[in-house]
Amino acid sequence: MALPELKKTATEARLNAMELPEGGCLVDARRAALSRVQTMGLPNRRDEYWKYTRPDTLTQDTAPTAAVFKHDEAPIFGEFDCLKIVFVDGVYDAEASDDFELEGVQISRLSEIDAKDIHWTKDLYGVLEARGQDPVQRPLAALNTAFANDGVAIWVTGKPSKPINLVYNHNSDSSDAMLHHVIRVDAGAEATVLENGPAAARFNKCIEVDIADGGALHMVCAQGRDHERRAATHMFARLRKESVFKSFTLTVNGVLTRNETVVELLGDDAVVHVAGACVGDGDFHHDDTVFITHEGENCESRQVFKKVLRNGATGVFQGKILVKDTAQKTDGYQISQALMLDDDSQFLAKPELEIYADDVACSHGSTSGAIDEEALFYLQSRGVPLNEATDLLTLAFLAEAVDEIGDQDVAETIVSRLENWLIRRH
Amino acid sequence: MAALDQTQVKEGIDQETVDTVREVGGAYKYGWETEIEMEYAPKGLSPDIVRLISEKNEEPEWMTEWRLQAYERWLTKEEPNWAMVDYPEIDFQDQYYYARPKSMEVKPKSLDEVDPKLLETYKKLGIPLKEQMILAGVEGAEDAPAEGRKVAVDAVFDSVSVGTTFQAELKAAGVIFCSISEAIREHPELVKKYLGTVVPVSDNFYATLNSAVFSDGSFVYVPPGVRCPMELSTYFRINAENTGQFERTLIIADKGSYVSYLEGCTAPARDIAQLHAAVVEIIVEEDAEVKYSTVQNWYPGDENGKGGIYNFVTKRADCRGDRSKIMWTQVETGSAVTWKYPSCILRGNESQGEFYSIAIANNYQQADTGTKMVHLGKNTKSRIVSKGISAGHAQNTYRGLVSMHPKAKNARNYTQCDSLLIGNKCGAHTVPYIEVKNNSARVEHEATTSKVDDEQLFYCRSRGMDEEEAVALVVNGFCKDVLQALPMEFAMEAQQLVAISLEGSVG
Repeated sequence: MALPELKKTATEARLNAMELPEGGCLVDARRAALSRVQTMGLPNRRDEYWKYTRPDTLTQDTAPTAAVFKHDEAPIFGEFDCLKIVFVDGVYDAEASDDFELEGVQISRLSEIDAKDIHWTKDLYGVLEARGQDPVQRPLAALNTAFANDGVAIWVTGKPSKPINLVYNHNSDSSDAMLHHVIRVDAGAEATVLENGPAAARFNKCIEVDIADGGALHMVCAQGRDHERRAATHMFARLRKESVFKSFTLTVNGVLTRNETVVELLGDDAVVHVAGACVGDGDFHHDDTVFITHEGENCESRQVFKKVLRNGATGVFQGKILVKDTAQKTDGYQISQALMLDDDSQFLAKPELEIYADDVACSHGSTSGAIDEEALFYLQSRGVPLNEATDLLTLAFLAEAVDEIGDQDVAETIVSRLENWLIRRH
Repeated sequence: MAALDQTQVKEGIDQETVDTVREVGGAYKYGWETEIEMEYAPKGLSPDIVRLISEKNEEPEWMTEWRLQAYERWLTKEEPNWAMVDYPEIDFQDQYYYARPKSMEVKPKSLDEVDPKLLETYKKLGIPLKEQMILAGVEGAEDAPAEGRKVAVDAVFDSVSVGTTFQAELKAAGVIFCSISEAIREHPELVKKYLGTVVPVSDNFYATLNSAVFSDGSFVYVPPGVRCPMELSTYFRINAENTGQFERTLIIADKGSYVSYLEGCTAPARDIAQLHAAVVEIIVEEDAEVKYSTVQNWYPGDENGKGGIYNFVTKRADCRGDRSKIMWTQVETGSAVTWKYPSCILRGNESQGEFYSIAIANNYQQADTGTKMVHLGKNTKSRIVSKGISAGHAQNTYRGLVSMHPKAKNARNYTQCDSLLIGNKCGAHTVPYIEVKNNSARVEHEATTSKVDDEQLFYCRSRGMDEEEAVALVVNGFCKDVLQALPMEFAMEAQQLVAISLEGSVG
């Protein structure tokens, strides 16, 4: 079907302003992705999948400027022993990064893949993204596959002793960054990948994850605190038999964030947990969009998203569980909740189920409302001041999402960041 | 059916009607055709056809203009494709938009003058068009107060209303209950004031089409403070081939009034799909209450998905006044394709909307149905209970919107939608939209999907039930929440329908 004129013009304008990286072994994948973008067109506000989030500033050809936010907080995962890989405004920073030496994992930069022809990446780069374009189109991810200027390929072959920490620093008011990572987890292997930082004025990130039988990957991301930054991220994961994938994202601030997670449970007995906690104050728009496809039997999927909103902040959740007719004994769970601390905020949700197998249990819940007056009164009657009582109840509300983080230390770090956010607002 | 045989039939209830109800079982019972001489408008859609329909209904000029404007709008609109239903392209020029029995050319002055063939048709459907106690074998009916046992019926046959019962008695109470074409002629001031104010002419593709070509339907006006002395009902029958039915219903419950309205529908079994695009508008003023119940039993197509009715319906209630209340209850078992979202605009403060639905899809049926609750007023409340059952190769989708506007302080919504799958060739889907724009509003949404519980089945079978009966019982339990909300007149029918539609799908 031909694209509507408006969409076509906008897409062409954006593509004309960009240059496709030439050469290297990924060039075919990049060209194919470019043609996907041309066919689909970049999203606009009339698209159903963008009903609640306006994509204009994510698709326009230049990134709106975003002031670099100065604060005195230490880097979030700074105190952990991890292998650090640093990007500044989407460009790899060799000096700030550790050597890529870690037992049980092989790491290469995208630019090296291009030159060195690292074969396995070709089977992954742009492949899961392309699969993830059906039944819902995700043109910003295809745009990323075509034009990403940097990123890493992580091949987990064993059980590395420490997490890999991807740090995204933001240094320029007008940076427009695109990173693309691919992660392969071998059978029985297990790793943790941490991510943090605002990355750029505008950030387009795409991660493709392929987990073999019995493999496990844990991801925890803290999207940076810069007020004016914008981000569109995509995570595509493919899970084989008995594999485990757990992902948690913390979002504080940011004028616009759209996080899409697309998971395919192909093997039997696989487990996926996708969770997110977001706290927004003022001019803040946060969108979690999740699409989980069950194909294997007896798989488990959990989606847990909690949003605390105030001063006109907007929280969006679009979640879907698709259970194919082969996916008997599926256990699907989805919860999205918003706590609205004042009257100006809004919560927009579309928690969907699409089910073609009869022996399954799928449930989804979505609630929104103000803080529980009775609980607040109870705490106050026990001598807890109003501010603290509100914070306590807010943290309790977020706990179900934070609990999805397996690593206790990481979870505690996340909680302390949330506490700071609350205290700053007293 | 065992359950029915055990029902004690009380004395004084028409045996004939009891038998009719008893016959509701097995395959689609309403698939027969009435052989009657018909007159048609020429096939296709054009301004001339629109004028012709208007002329046939002896409408005033303003109505014709209204229709023609709708037609012009329709030409600019695109058929919606977002619903999870899949059907061959509809050729809107290959349809008859008006069909009426020749014998209706001269309007019968009373029910006695109506063509016996038509009376026979309704009798066969279990809706005798005479002023009688209509309840058949419904337990507890005998305890109901005398006036509560009467049901006034407006019978619509293809494009025309055949007759309306109890009109005189209703008139004495001040209630106007007639066909919409009669209302346009007799009560133009009311029609002008309200028509198209809830579902605007350009609301959506099918509503716009309906606005241009609607042929008949019912009109209800309940004056201030009046509690309608009996249930009102409309029975829609499609009989003619290649003919679309485009009914239009307008219900106005003025301040402090109450009315319960029932709607039923059937069609003959044919290989070629037929179109049905209705619009129902309800206005509920201050302190008024409307209960709208539907048992939708259009021909669903055969077991291979051939034929059936394409049912594209726009139903909306506008709770304009404070403390007004609307309750939609629907049992959806028929139609090849259902596209239907009875909605509530909760404009008045403290107004309430309720939606109870059971949608059953079997064989190759596709149902995309749900509701919209738009909360505008303070302290408004809504509740949605939706049960979807899919069997065979059917697809059943709940699609709904709960919207809390910034001014809807302390509004409440509770939504529960459950789906049941029987067999693994079918699908059950849930597409809720939740939009909350103030923090004093509380919204809760829950949904589950499961299969018929093996343990419950085993229990029933160990008590000597055959598998089919056992499944029906379990499903009935599952649907209890909704069935309880149906008026007594429908309770038995609804329970029966649950059993019918599931037949043959076990194993």
